[in-house]
Amino acid sequence: MKKSKFSLLLILTLVFSLILSACSGGNDDAGEKTPDDGEGTSGETANVPQELRMLDSSAIPTMDTVLAEGSTSFTYINNVGEGLYRLDQNHKPVPALADGEPEISDDNLVYTFKLIDSKWSNGEPVTAHDFVFAWQRAIDPKTASPYGPYMMGGKIKGAEAITAAGSKKEPYDVTTLGVKALDDKTLEVTLEKPIAYWQDLFAFPTFYPQNQKFVEEKGDAYASNAENLLYNGPFVMETWESTDAEEWVLTKNPNYHNADQVKLEKITVNVVKDSNSAVNAFEAGETDMTGLLSSDLVPAYEGDERMLSWMEATVFWIKMNQKNEALANVNIRKAIAMGFNKEDLAASILNNGSVAANYFVPKDFVTLDGEDFREKHGDLIVFNAEEAKKYWETGLKELGVDKLELRYLGGDTEAAKKTDAYIKNQLETNLPGLTINLESVPFAIRLERDNAMDYDLQFAGWGPDYGNALSFTDLWITDGGSNRMGYSNKKYDQLIKDAQGKLATDDKAQWEAQQEAERIMLEEDAGLAPVYQRAANILLNPNVKGLAIYNYGPDYSFQWVTIEGEE
Amino acid sequence: MAKYLLKRVLYMFLTLFIIASLTFFLMKIIPGTPFASANKLSPAQMEIMKAKYGLDQPVPVQYAKYLGNLVQGDLGVSFQFNNRSVTDMIVGRLGPSMQLGAQAMILGTIVGILLGIFAALRQNTWVDYSSTFIAVLGKSIPNFVFAGLLQYYIGVKLGWFPVLFWRGFEYTILPTIALSMLPIAIAARFMRTEMIEVLGSDYIMLAKAKGASFFEIAFKHALRNALIPLVTVLGPLAISLMTGSLVIEKIFAIPGLGEQFVASITLNDYPVIMGTTLLFAVLFVVIILVVDILYGIIDPRIRLSGGNK
Repeated sequence: MKKSKFSLLLILTLVFSLILSACSGGNDDAGEKTPDDGEGTSGETANVPQELRMLDSSAIPTMDTVLAEGSTSFTYINNVGEGLYRLDQNHKPVPALADGEPEISDDNLVYTFKLIDSKWSNGEPVTAHDFVFAWQRAIDPKTASPYGPYMMGGKIKGAEAITAAGSKKEPYDVTTLGVKALDDKTLEVTLEKPIAYWQDLFAFPTFYPQNQKFVEEKGDAYASNAENLLYNGPFVMETWESTDAEEWVLTKNPNYHNADQVKLEKITVNVVKDSNSAVNAFEAGETDMTGLLSSDLVPAYEGDERMLSWMEATVFWIKMNQKNEALANVNIRKAIAMGFNKEDLAASILNNGSVAANYFVPKDFVTLDGEDFREKHGDLIVFNAEEAKKYWETGLKELGVDKLELRYLGGDTEAAKKTDAYIKNQLETNLPGLTINLESVPFAIRLERDNAMDYDLQFAGWGPDYGNALSFTDLWITDGGSNRMGYSNKKYDQLIKDAQGKLATDDKAQWEAQQEAERIMLEEDAGLAPVYQRAANILLNPNVKGLAIYNYGPDYSFQWVTIEGEE
Repeated sequence: MAKYLLKRVLYMFLTLFIIASLTFFLMKIIPGTPFASANKLSPAQMEIMKAKYGLDQPVPVQYAKYLGNLVQGDLGVSFQFNNRSVTDMIVGRLGPSMQLGAQAMILGTIVGILLGIFAALRQNTWVDYSSTFIAVLGKSIPNFVFAGLLQYYIGVKLGWFPVLFWRGFEYTILPTIALSMLPIAIAARFMRTEMIEVLGSDYIMLAKAKGASFFEIAFKHALRNALIPLVTVLGPLAISLMTGSLVIEKIFAIPGLGEQFVASITLNDYPVIMGTTLLFAVLFVVIILVVDILYGIIDPRIRLSGGNK
């Protein structure tokens, strides 16, 4: 039956193709902007409508800076708002509402920022009180912000204590948070400990200001649509009907303090969840920019200048639950971490530009004096079937068994299932006596089981929230909130503690401590089995220039985008 | 009739209460967290988040609150879309789904019925074979295949209709055609079978003998009798079409209910799951009632109130 359906499908496709391609001659490229069109006139934007039509793969869950928790929200918040700092075209945080660099106390704990003159879209000035209000709101347990306590805990003075009290339903005082308005134009921030990446922190949307009067006046309706929002960034939202709206329009904010820099007049965004449909819309000339392409579409655009590809700072790995007796054995862990061919996985199964990862701090993520973090240690744990087998046999001997059965927790999407099946097959082939039972579950369930440490092996990944390797290295400290696999090494803990504290102001030393920590975790302990670093691909009309792409917080900034002429 | 209707409406409310309760308890059994950033939340923060949404309270308390709110027409707010009331969300998304479903249903039924009638009247000719071929295609090929083909060839290559979005009537044409393939197939198959049976019956022979015209026989005498079984099949199909097609909405980027419902399940967005399930249940019981009433209208011999004793 299946076979006959398939042949029917084939016949139908063929018939449709023949009939329709026969009638399609002539207006193939109608309205389509081909890459060549823009080339001759690079830099010419006069008389070209400065309008960008783009697709995104999800609606904006919230525009409330203190409640935002995903890159979609962060992206649009970043384009209509601004904080003390802003990521520039080169992904570096630069002063935005802060008037130059702050005054920093000798112990590197107290930062005093002077603010520039800037306005909300209702004409009111942006003041230091707006920061105090927003930050206190973000940490207030009543707000139940997901990112407020996550970004502030252990960093801004008093944050952790407020969250702890809130969770026990004990009294708390949000004014104990280390943020004070000395006057309308002066903001004082007190940190819990010196922080190497403080500029990144203050560029993050959770730390943007909010106008107290406006927020309180709107109550529950605040940030629920375009009318119930204030803007102080390069753009304003002209239309955005609700948090689940699938179309919205941004226009240039004439009141933005840096408005001269902004050339783009209008951005129209539509939600398209299906990657194939997004590509069809792009080919039909209905959009200038797609959302991220699914892997299967990437090979078709290989070498096409309309495809823009880059390495994301997102790494995928297999977490090994070290509460499991077998996985507590370092030889077993090494065998697993070295026992599958990651190059083949990246090249054949993913086939979208992603690369095998023999590390957990991604490449092209952080640099110091022009040197990439990866340069020193490069590959730390590479595929080697023979070595893996030796470690495996030693491990089994130490455990006194000749076979092992492990549960493997993975995702339920088609792509995840393909990757997991490949890894299972590789490991079972290379490590005789190993049986892997795949458990494919939705993301929400995987998170819960991760919390409960209810797995043996788990396929997971991580994207950073600030531009410092600590965004990855602090995951694996003993009993760390995201560790949840029982990894523990005193030397590792100490190195990270130093990087977070006493070395925070010495870039070089802080950097080296983390490189050493990563080496210990992977090379000595095989605490984790890195798999791959993800590549991202979009289709972008070549006439669109100046798009800034970020690897943490917001995905894009449109502040420097221009649309060039076709002739 | 009035007594019958009253009884049916009472049963409807009972059914809805049972469905609402069952869904609530089933959701409590589903594992997983409704918080998108759960892997970044500390246990203390998790407690605060649960308290905000009332998930820290005992299940019976949550159930009582839920029923209380439901009676007042309050379906709560979505977890994934901050501050968005589930009622507003459903109302906003129901429009596109209903319009698309209704258009597909109307187009599908009309085309299907015509195909079926002509196939029956011209049995074992090329008309019959073509109609059967179309019905087989519609039934056996999933609508996303048609959707993809229509989008690519009619939208991208020929540029006759917009490829995606929901901004006006012309945007509804391709998704409507894709979605109507199944009702076309079902209606054509049923109609053909029923018509052949009806056409063979004595009263049609009599009509023919009396010199009734081809159209009189087909549309006045045969169609009415052949429609009854069709109504039974098309009722539930109408619900599934009008409450949103997951795939078609996704492919054509239509802001409808179908895709949202599936997303809410995978994200454990409890209020949206409950709201949409209840909506589907209400539509279902109403359509079943309408179908029963339609029986009586199409064929007055079917008595709704239990005969004329």
